[in-house]
Amino acid sequence: MSALLEVSGVTVSFDGFRAINNLTFSIGAAELRAIIGPNGAGKSTFMDIVTGKTRPDSGSVNFGERPVSLLKLSEAQIARAGIGRKFQRPTVFEDQTVHENLTLALKAARSPWAVLAWRKSAADEDRIAALTAQVGLADSLAKKAGTLSHGQKQWLEIAMLLAQEPRLLLVDEPAAGMTLAEREKTTELLVDIARTRAVVVVEHDMDFVRRLNCKVTVLHEGAVLAEGSLDHVTKNQTVIDVYLGRG
Amino acid sequence: MTHPRHRSALIFLASLAIFTIAVTIAAQFGLVSTSFVKTLGKTLCLCLAALAMDLIWGYAGILSLGHMAFFALGGYMVGMWLMYARTEEIVIASMSNGGLPATPEEISQGIATQIFGVVGASDLPAIWSFANSLPLQLALVVAVPGLLALIFGWLAFRSRVTGVYLSILTQAMTLALALYLFQNDSGLRGNNGLSGLQNLPGVTAGQDAVSLWFFWASAAALALTYVGLHAIVSGKFGSVIRAIRDDEARVRFLGYSVEGYKLFVFTLTAVICAFAGALYYPQAGIINPAELAPIASIYLAVWVAVGGRGRLYGAVIGAALVSLLSSWFTGGRVPSVDLGIGTINWVDWWLVLLGLTFVCVTLFSPKGIGGLFDRFAGVHAPDRKGAPLGPDDGSLQEKEAQE
Repeated sequence: MSALLEVSGVTVSFDGFRAINNLTFSIGAAELRAIIGPNGAGKSTFMDIVTGKTRPDSGSVNFGERPVSLLKLSEAQIARAGIGRKFQRPTVFEDQTVHENLTLALKAARSPWAVLAWRKSAADEDRIAALTAQVGLADSLAKKAGTLSHGQKQWLEIAMLLAQEPRLLLVDEPAAGMTLAEREKTTELLVDIARTRAVVVVEHDMDFVRRLNCKVTVLHEGAVLAEGSLDHVTKNQTVIDVYLGRG
Repeated sequence: MTHPRHRSALIFLASLAIFTIAVTIAAQFGLVSTSFVKTLGKTLCLCLAALAMDLIWGYAGILSLGHMAFFALGGYMVGMWLMYARTEEIVIASMSNGGLPATPEEISQGIATQIFGVVGASDLPAIWSFANSLPLQLALVVAVPGLLALIFGWLAFRSRVTGVYLSILTQAMTLALALYLFQNDSGLRGNNGLSGLQNLPGVTAGQDAVSLWFFWASAAALALTYVGLHAIVSGKFGSVIRAIRDDEARVRFLGYSVEGYKLFVFTLTAVICAFAGALYYPQAGIINPAELAPIASIYLAVWVAVGGRGRLYGAVIGAALVSLLSSWFTGGRVPSVDLGIGTINWVDWWLVLLGLTFVCVTLFSPKGIGGLFDRFAGVHAPDRKGAPLGPDDGSLQEKEAQE
C-alpha cells in the first residue's frame, strides 16, 4: 500500500525550542491512526505543519499518489488538495445556521467568482440532509450554530469535515467534552470514515484510543517514540517511562 | 409570498420610490428649493458609499478608513471631463468672436490656459489625455480607483495585515493621496481642485431640472446597488465573507482563499464608492483635495455604526440621518442655545454632539438605529455571556447578533 501522506525528516523550532525534531510519519489512503503523547510532544505542531499553518525549517511533506509537496502551498490550497482539519475546540461559524455552515463546507469551487455564481442544487440539499441525519442534527438545520450545545457543535464540525470530502482528516481530540454515548458514536463514525479515507486522530484519552482499535504512533519531544498496536506500544518501556508512567 | 429575508429589501425599495416621487412632486410645485434637491441627491450618494462601507466592514469585518479616497477619485475622474468639455465650449465661443475659426491647437492651448492658469501652468498634463472623451473618462471612474484598491489591497492582504493596523494603513493611504493632490504639479489644480462641475456641457436646461436628473440618477444607483448587494450578502458569498469576519483562520481550512475574498470585496466596494463620488460631485459643483482628508472616511464608518453595521438598510439610514443632520446643524439656521454662562453655537458644537452620539451608540446600542427594527420585530440578541461570535477583531459582538 502506497502512502497518502509522507512526512520525512521534518524539524521545526520556535526561538530555539525544537517542537518537532526529525519527525518521520506516513499514512495510507484508507487507514485510521491514533497519535498519542504527553503535552508538548508536538502533536498540534505536527497538524499545523501538515495543514500549512506552520512552515518547517527542514524536511519534506508530500501528499497524494503523484506526490505534491505541501510546503509550497497555502492553507487554503492544502485544504482544497483534500486535507480537512477538526480543531480541539469546536470551531463553527456561530452567527450562521447549521445549513449555512454545511453549505460553506460542501465540496464545490472556492473562488469568489464561482461562489457568486453558485446556486443551490437538489444534490447539495440531499447531501446536507444526509450529513445532518448522520450526526443527529436534522432538526437543527435552521438554528444558528452558536445556540447549539458543545457536543452538537462537535458534531456539526465533523459533518462539515465530511462535507468537504477530504482524503485525509486530521482530528484533534474529538472526544473532548463528549458524553459516553457520544464517544461511542464518534468511534463508530471515525472507524467507518477510515474505510475510504485516511484519518489521523490526536487523542489523550487512552480508553478512546483503545476503542478505535488501530495503529498508534507515540510522539515524544517532537519525534516518534514508538509505533504499532496499542498493546505493543503500551508494553514499550520508554513509552511507560515518559508518558504512561506519569498517570 | 416572498421569503422573509427579502422583506427588508422590498420595504427599502418601496420607501426609496415613495421618497423619490415625493421629492419630485415637491420640486415641481416649488415646495423645495433646487439647493435642497441637490442636498438630498448628494445624501443619496453618501448612502451609496455607506452601503459599500457596510459590505466591507459590517459583512467582511475589514474596518477600512480610506474608502472616501475612492469616492473622491471617482469625483475627480468625472470632474475632469466636465471641466474640460465646459471650458472647451467657452473657449470656442470666445474665439469665434475674433472672426477667424480657431485651429484645434489654439483651442487646446486655450483650454489648458483656462484650466491651469490658476496654478501657473499652461499645458495640459498627461493625465488629462482622455478628458475630451466622456466614455473614456467614465471608464477611468472605475479603472483608477479600482486599480488603486487592487494594488493597495493586494499588498496589504497578502501580508495578512488585519484589524487596527489595516485601518491605520488605509488612513495613511487617503492622507498620502490628499497631500499629493494638494501639490500644484499633481496635474489636478492643487488645492483649487476642480470647480464649475454643476454646469453640464451642451445642456441648456436650468439647474432646477439638472438637480432633479441627478437626484433620480442617485436614487436609481442606490436602488440598483442595494438590490445587487442584497443578492450578494444573502447568498453563499455573503456567508463566506461573514465567516471571514468572525473566524478567518477557520475559513482558510475550508479551502477558501481569505486574501482573495478580502481583495475582491475591497476592490468591489472601492468601485461602488467611486460611482457614488462620480454622481456626488456634479451635484456639489466643486471637488478639492480636502475631500480626501482622513476624517471623511472616519465619518463613513460613523454613519454605518450609527445605522447599525451588518445590515444594508442600517447603513443607508445612518448615512442619511447623520449627513442631513450635519448639514442642518452646520448650515447656521439652527438657533443657538443661551445657557447664561455661554452660548451653544451649533455650527461649532455639532461635532461634539456627533461625537457624543457615537460614543453613546457604541456603549448602549451597538446595533445602532437598525436595532430599533429588531426590537419591534421581537428579535433578540443571543445570551452568550458577553462572548463575541468569533475570535477575530472585526467579529460580530454579542449585542450585534440576532438569535
